[in-house]
Amino acid sequence: MKANCWMAPNRVAVEEVPDPTVLNPRDAVVKVSSAAICGSDLHLLDGFIPAMKRGDVLGHEFMGEIVELGSGARDGLRVGDRVVVGFPIACGDCASCQRGLYSVCENSNPNAAIAETAMGHAPAGIFGYSHLLGGYAGGQAEYVRVPYADVGALKIEDDLPDEQVLFLSDVLPTGYMAAEMGDIKPGDVVAIWGAGPVGQFATVSAFLLGAEQVVVIDRFPYRLRIARDRAGADTINYEETDVLDTLREMTAGRGPDVCIDAVGMEGHHASAALHAYDRAKQAVKAETDRPHALREAILACRNGGTVSAIGAYGGFIDKFPMGSFMNRSLTLRSGQAHVQRYMRPLLERIRKGEIDPSFIITHTMRLDDTPHGYDIFKNKQDDCLKVVLKP
Amino acid sequence: MTRETTMGVRSVTDNLGIQRATKDQRSEGLARFLGWFSLGLGVTALAAGSRVARAAGVDDSRTARTVLRAAGVREIGHAGVLLVPRRAGLGTWTRVAGDVLDLVATGRAYRNRRGERRRRAGLTLAALGGITAVDLYASVRATRNRRGNPEGFAHGSVTVNRTREEVYRFWHDFENLPRFMYHLQSVITTGPRRSRWSAKAPAGRTVEWEAEIVDERPNELIRWRSVDGSRVPNSGTVRFTPAAGGNGTEVRVELEYAVPGRRVGSLVAKAFGENPQQQICDDLRRFKQVIETGEITRSDGTPDGTSIQTQAKQRPARPLAAHRTA
Ligand SMILES: [Zn+2]
Ligand SMILES: [Zn+2]
Repeated sequence: MKANCWMAPNRVAVEEVPDPTVLNPRDAVVKVSSAAICGSDLHLLDGFIPAMKRGDVLGHEFMGEIVELGSGARDGLRVGDRVVVGFPIACGDCASCQRGLYSVCENSNPNAAIAETAMGHAPAGIFGYSHLLGGYAGGQAEYVRVPYADVGALKIEDDLPDEQVLFLSDVLPTGYMAAEMGDIKPGDVVAIWGAGPVGQFATVSAFLLGAEQVVVIDRFPYRLRIARDRAGADTINYEETDVLDTLREMTAGRGPDVCIDAVGMEGHHASAALHAYDRAKQAVKAETDRPHALREAILACRNGGTVSAIGAYGGFIDKFPMGSFMNRSLTLRSGQAHVQRYMRPLLERIRKGEIDPSFIITHTMRLDDTPHGYDIFKNKQDDCLKVVLKP
Repeated sequence: MTRETTMGVRSVTDNLGIQRATKDQRSEGLARFLGWFSLGLGVTALAAGSRVARAAGVDDSRTARTVLRAAGVREIGHAGVLLVPRRAGLGTWTRVAGDVLDLVATGRAYRNRRGERRRRAGLTLAALGGITAVDLYASVRATRNRRGNPEGFAHGSVTVNRTREEVYRFWHDFENLPRFMYHLQSVITTGPRRSRWSAKAPAGRTVEWEAEIVDERPNELIRWRSVDGSRVPNSGTVRFTPAAGGNGTEVRVELEYAVPGRRVGSLVAKAFGENPQQQICDDLRRFKQVIETGEITRSDGTPDGTSIQTQAKQRPARPLAAHRTA
């Protein structure tokens, strides 16, 4: 079969690789009908996530049809079912899974010992997301092996098109969880750093949870335009306006009630000097991540407010504004999305027409064109916000 | 509390009632003593060279005094190596090397001297011999203790999301153990308390031993040991305690094994893995997977599942070719 493989930093290639098979009783093999390139795939592309190997199959957002099923799958799945698969691999049986914390499943990372060395404790395995997170082959391929399919694969019963349900696998639950972690109360003002797919869905979700105003911060006019026109946000272009001043003015000095970091480790800063500081520290491995958005979210947040960090971080950050954080009674919440917890309820919302996630798609291309997709998505060319791949 | 266990392993029991192997404080103390001893010798050789030369019977030669001064400087070097880092490690071997130099020099002096000087050089030679023996002992001990667990004690723990009864029952059926202990080939129950264990060895060979349960408290503890005459003497305990707040069961394993010689030592390696400590941690991780999920987690990059060996040599995360999955 064909699959999109990580070859080296800044190089991916569509290669011929063996077809996956059932390895364990609860596995399914899914014939991929749609897959997507995720913003966090760019961290792999740029080489900021350690433990990638030449030839690793990428991709953690995908859906398709079950073509093979192990003997032990529990949940009444059948060959021929159309399913969306959540990106964290979760067993459903450990204490974490049973608390609904699927992205910290205790059993699904076969490289837990390595992850423990790096992080203290190991998170769950993730499709196509480095050997630190399990070394699983990803879904930017014609076929993919889905371990614990009875937990990770959600059957889609009706004829909703792929474009509407595909993002249940990652960016929709991720954006929703970002808003949920903010503990939004009706009437709240929410600020969101990052107008990528997760930022867009966090905006939609914040409104669903009762926010009165959502302010989205980014530097690309076309992404801000989508946030305005399709998600209903107010916007700040941080290269044109000072973010802290503007947010202070918009809220008459209070600051937003909830601040969401949907940027993560590869953030940019309007000040060239500040950006260079973190870029230099990153280059010599003195810090792994550039936390511009997180710092600004903390400084902007109102006294007693909540900061929700959903952007991906890999290792260590520098200059965390702990004084501001502690003295002003802020709450910080964070996590990889516990996707399996949100898939079913969000599918219901899609079915009822409360959300139509397809508005973020700007490009649809064949699997063979994946390297080009990465290129325009990474370099924000051709107004690219989300690439959907059709194997 | 410190005590000698049944297998002669030094260990402590902490306030949770968990037994742990101790650091070898005895060899570290010895190394520090040798460090201070070196410092004393070095300072004496430099400050009172002529008197030392007379005592050693080499006060008749200018060269000997130069050699003595050099030896003094060297002793201070040893002291630095032994005293500055807190762990003894390889530092004591520098003293052994110095001792050999001293022995050679004094030996030559002994052959060239006559009468009273020869007698004194002889006494110096004997004293140096004694010091060398002590240094050698300290070095062997310190070096040996640097390599993993030569004292033959390994332990590990894991929390399992199942009741104590369930976990105890699963473990008590020793025939289940090879499902998650990769080094074991089979365990066959041969009587109510007896079982026959066999472990994989290279070149298709196996290591076998007979084990018996020496203590069992339902849902709390199982203690076993190999039957006398086993080529791989070992004993172990597995304890089951309820996790705080009713969050499953804590499982703690302790393993003791004798390391009487090189040959048997390598049998131990085959029976318990190259690094028994790591092996136990991997085994417990797989135990949790098997009892919680019914399978051992495998990915395309590590198709053999959890094990430190496969982690060291991972393949790319691509699907396996069909013929390799058999
Ligand atoms: Zn993603
Ligand atoms: Zn789990």
